[in-house]
Amino acid sequence: MALIGCHDLNLSYEGKTVVEHLTMEVNAGDYLCIVGENGSGKSTLMKALLGLKKPTAGHIWFGQGLTRAGIGYMPQQSTLGQDFPATVQEVVRSGLRGSPFRPFFTKAEKARLQHSLEVLEIEHLARRPFHALSGGQQQRVLLARAMCATDRVLLLDEPVAGLDPTITAQIYPLIDKLHQSGITILMISHVIPAAMKYATHILHLNREPVFFGTAAEYAKCPVGRRFLEGGNG
Amino acid sequence: MMTAFWSELSSFLALDFVKRALIVGALVSLCAALLGVSLVLKRYAMIGDGLSHVGFAVLAVAAGLGVTEWQLYISIPVMILAAFLLLRLNENSGVKGDAAIGVIATLALAIGYIVTYRAGTNVDLANFMFGNIFTIRHADAVGSIIVAVAVLLLFVLFYHKLFAVTFDETFARASGVPVGWYNTLLAVLTAVTIVLGMRMMGTLLISALIVFPALSAMRLCRSFRGVVITAAAFSLFCFFTGAVTAHLLNFPAGSTVVAVNGILFVICSVISLFRRRGK
Repeated sequence: MALIGCHDLNLSYEGKTVVEHLTMEVNAGDYLCIVGENGSGKSTLMKALLGLKKPTAGHIWFGQGLTRAGIGYMPQQSTLGQDFPATVQEVVRSGLRGSPFRPFFTKAEKARLQHSLEVLEIEHLARRPFHALSGGQQQRVLLARAMCATDRVLLLDEPVAGLDPTITAQIYPLIDKLHQSGITILMISHVIPAAMKYATHILHLNREPVFFGTAAEYAKCPVGRRFLEGGNG
Repeated sequence: MMTAFWSELSSFLALDFVKRALIVGALVSLCAALLGVSLVLKRYAMIGDGLSHVGFAVLAVAAGLGVTEWQLYISIPVMILAAFLLLRLNENSGVKGDAAIGVIATLALAIGYIVTYRAGTNVDLANFMFGNIFTIRHADAVGSIIVAVAVLLLFVLFYHKLFAVTFDETFARASGVPVGWYNTLLAVLTAVTIVLGMRMMGTLLISALIVFPALSAMRLCRSFRGVVITAAAFSLFCFFTGAVTAHLLNFPAGSTVVAVNGILFVICSVISLFRRRGK
């Protein structure tokens, strides 16, 4: 049984259907990249996977004992945290799933926090204010927060949107490192070459799934070739 | 001169109703400051302002009906209801929600004034609007202690969840945190804090206790925990300084507390300006 799947899924955004008849499966260890034009329903699909949006038809399922709470999420780079007084450590820590009613973290949780900071190479920033960091550093912090929430599945929404090419070039290998360590990755991306370099599977959405399969097949099929040649779709 | 000052102060503090006022005032200031950090950062500060206007209407109607002694018990359920309503309005997208709060606030003010106007001269309007620190009765003192304990417990127990909900609601929701529940809890505790504080501070001034300490602390601190602790300390300091100053200079207490908060905010802003320059 796969880790995450959806069956004949329909999703709507502000009353309009944006995703139709989507059936797919993601297996443990996959690196799925979701591509498509703007407004093709990518972000809505991500919201549905996170349980922030109810499907209008069909359903989403989880296998191998995974629950929705076992998914780590990294939102699109936004105005998040501007003027918000919070240190890097406080932000990363907020990904921990400590139970409520408990003001202190356990040893295991503290170790997890430390591990996340180490993997993303931001230990030295732990006491810095989040809003004063560069865009690339903020993305690392948000990735570390997502890592605190899971060691199985990461959902990344445009992890490099708005970042300059140098920093983009650093973020992708980091995500690849997480994938290599055994974490399943689901990612929305506009940056096609990078997606093709690292992803194992591609889902091309344009309301309906235009393509779903391995990255190698995608590079060969007409729809994939057209999209790849078009640069960033 | 100094001995006269201290003997004046100690005889003032020895009075029973003064002690009561100071206990309630300190607890309300503490709660308002703690709740205020989340409210300000979540852009919910308007809810506090809207609630205080509704509070004015409740006080006025209670006085108009001649049930002044029941004010506390009428206010709490009405204000909690208003808090639910304002929270929903605030959540329902930007500009419209903001304007709707303005509409409710002014409407409540208008209704309150109509009632007091018709009720005649035996209603002290100035007391409703600007407060009277010495009208605090035994029931208020008990209520304040209960609410203050609830707010403090909430803050300590749910501290990390509150941070998560305040910092990034979408992420918190995606992690399975019942965000709506925390927002409602925040609104309800704010409503009750305002009820307890509004007769002391005045319905027009109580929201200052929510906004000022958080804003001042945010000028100086860079961590969330720092802001929470500093806001609480600032709020207590401003309350005691304001209350004593008001007594010595014969100023109205609520307004003086707000003025002290204002002065502290200016000082913090100047410090933060110099710090930024210094870098």
